[in-house]
Amino acid sequence: MSDLWLHPALILILGSVLIPLVPARLKKAYLFLIPVLVFARIVGMAKGTFGVVQFLDWTLTFGRVDALSAVFGYIMSLMCVVGTLYGLHVKDNAQHVAAWIYVAGSLGCIYAGDFITLFLFWELMAFSSVFLIWLRQRPESLGAGYRYLLVHVAGGVALLAGMVLHCKATGSWSFDAFNVQQPTLAAWLVLIGFILNAAVPPIHAWLPDAYGEATFNGSVFLCAFTTKTAVYALCRGFPGMEILVPLGVIMALYGVVYAVLENDCRRLLAYHIISQVGYMVAGVGLGTQMAINGACAHAFAHILYKGLLFMGCGAVLHMTGQSKFTELGGLYKKMPWTFVFTLIGGLSISAFPLFSGFVSKSMIVSAGFEEHKLWAGFLLMLASVGTFLHTGLKVPYFIWFGKNNCKKETWDRAAEPPWNMNAAMIAASALCIFIGCYTPYLYKMLPYPEAAGAYHPYTSYHVSETLQLLLFTAVGFFWLIKKLEPEPTISLDMDWFYRMGGRIFLALARKPIQLADNFVGEVYRLAGLIPLMISARLAGKFDNRVIDGAVDGLAELVCRIGNRLRFVQRGQMQESLAMAFVVAAVLIVVFLLSHNAFAR
Amino acid sequence: MKLVALIDYLRNRLKTVVRVCFALLAVLELLDAVPAIVDKEHAHTWAEHVPGFWALWGFVGCAVLIVVSKWFGHLGIMTREDYYDE
Repeated sequence: MSDLWLHPALILILGSVLIPLVPARLKKAYLFLIPVLVFARIVGMAKGTFGVVQFLDWTLTFGRVDALSAVFGYIMSLMCVVGTLYGLHVKDNAQHVAAWIYVAGSLGCIYAGDFITLFLFWELMAFSSVFLIWLRQRPESLGAGYRYLLVHVAGGVALLAGMVLHCKATGSWSFDAFNVQQPTLAAWLVLIGFILNAAVPPIHAWLPDAYGEATFNGSVFLCAFTTKTAVYALCRGFPGMEILVPLGVIMALYGVVYAVLENDCRRLLAYHIISQVGYMVAGVGLGTQMAINGACAHAFAHILYKGLLFMGCGAVLHMTGQSKFTELGGLYKKMPWTFVFTLIGGLSISAFPLFSGFVSKSMIVSAGFEEHKLWAGFLLMLASVGTFLHTGLKVPYFIWFGKNNCKKETWDRAAEPPWNMNAAMIAASALCIFIGCYTPYLYKMLPYPEAAGAYHPYTSYHVSETLQLLLFTAVGFFWLIKKLEPEPTISLDMDWFYRMGGRIFLALARKPIQLADNFVGEVYRLAGLIPLMISARLAGKFDNRVIDGAVDGLAELVCRIGNRLRFVQRGQMQESLAMAFVVAAVLIVVFLLSHNAFAR
Repeated sequence: MKLVALIDYLRNRLKTVVRVCFALLAVLELLDAVPAIVDKEHAHTWAEHVPGFWALWGFVGCAVLIVVSKWFGHLGIMTREDYYDE
């Protein structure tokens, strides 16, 4: 029966292929319908292993549906509905096709039971999502897209090498948890492939580079799928891997520090993805039931609130054409509802009580404290301060309030976005608040529902702790607001190495390599070409004198013999007949004599 | 645009809004100091039992993050926007 199992990714891929054929008046309905169908398919999917296909020597498993993959599949397909609704009015079909194939890649990874299937969909994600960057069609987007692809292909190679070594050692392609106590080289390589997609420093710079440069709705998709699919893969492959705890904490703080410096609101949000994924990576590293629950819950909540934040800033970009704080400000008069939705996203990411982050992030921090990793707990609380500082305060303040830096055309263009963008933001806002208020909705879906059921976020201490932390952050923000005034700069990050590395390579190519090339060319001319010419000349002479001489001589000889024979052959019939008879008679005599001689 | 009117209403009374906010913060700190209301049984370290500890952590943490990050940024990390242009 496994043949009949309908992979949700297949619905999206087929659906995306048909987009260009859909008549214009039905297109919006169609664009909304397909993601809803995918979501319905995932909600109605039974647990178990499906879609097992024998291909050559390999057993491919397309449908491993268990508690872990179910919760990720659920939120990915839900985000696909919200994200597509947000970009419903986009006329460029290619953007919809790229986005859906990208989501299909993510779903394929999540339900993959073996490494080959995982790798296939992993690469599908990279190669489809890059179009969401390129389709913005600025010269900068082209470069950013190529850099994005370059980094992801490098990560894919590490993953491929790791999985091949792993299969060689274990004889199996199946994708299960690695031995995290004694990781092999194969495990390290696979881990590098995963954490590259999770944007763990120092291999994180692709994320702000790409997400700040994508189309306004492309970033809404990008911010959800790549990093959270990587979090899923880490949950599956490396729960309890110690090194992920410090890496996660570093991520959480790294993103916050760079967010202070950032002038582009979407790049700021991108740095906060790194920060938030840091919590999840740390949760995976802790590896307890509560921590894994926390990582999954936080990924779930994060996809919605980060999507909401990117939708808010994307709406500003779409309506004003600007995304830099130094070009914006005072927009509350023009886009008040976008402000409210973005604020809800900001409060959710900051883990305010009654918003989604509060019920998810705290699980990871509590798990850290319970594992007696106090440093991790305190530093993650510090990262929470930074989160509220930027996403809850800096982004809303400098876009909708603060000094009005808008040029006249920016101000004139600014207005509330189209209905579908508002509808998507309303849906995401409602979900953020719903998750924060009604915890069983999310907690029942987590991989360890009993452990989640035993966790109660709404204790008086936790509420008091969070409110103190966040509200006094706000006091600090308004106290130091002068220092936070946006500056028209960009920040150098790890991408410097490959961006400038490329230049160094080019400079090398222009000077020393070209010089060496010239030198080799000269050596070739002197040592190769000149002797070759001499030998060719000699061969020519040899050809002229010896070979031509022999051939000509032979021809002359044949000619002379022919001339002699010409006189014998005069064309007289009688003479010819006579000669023929003479020759025949001679031959018969010779034959008879020799025959008799042999017979005797 | 009722929402804009509401925001303008609050902005025109900024001093009052700030005063109300500070009053609420004071109430929050007072409540935190009352064990009957905020039960710190689940706190993991001694520091967390100090009333207002997390307020201090938030305030100091915020200041440290801003100052340290800006200092780091001005070391040369923040640069002109056309840095990567050929």
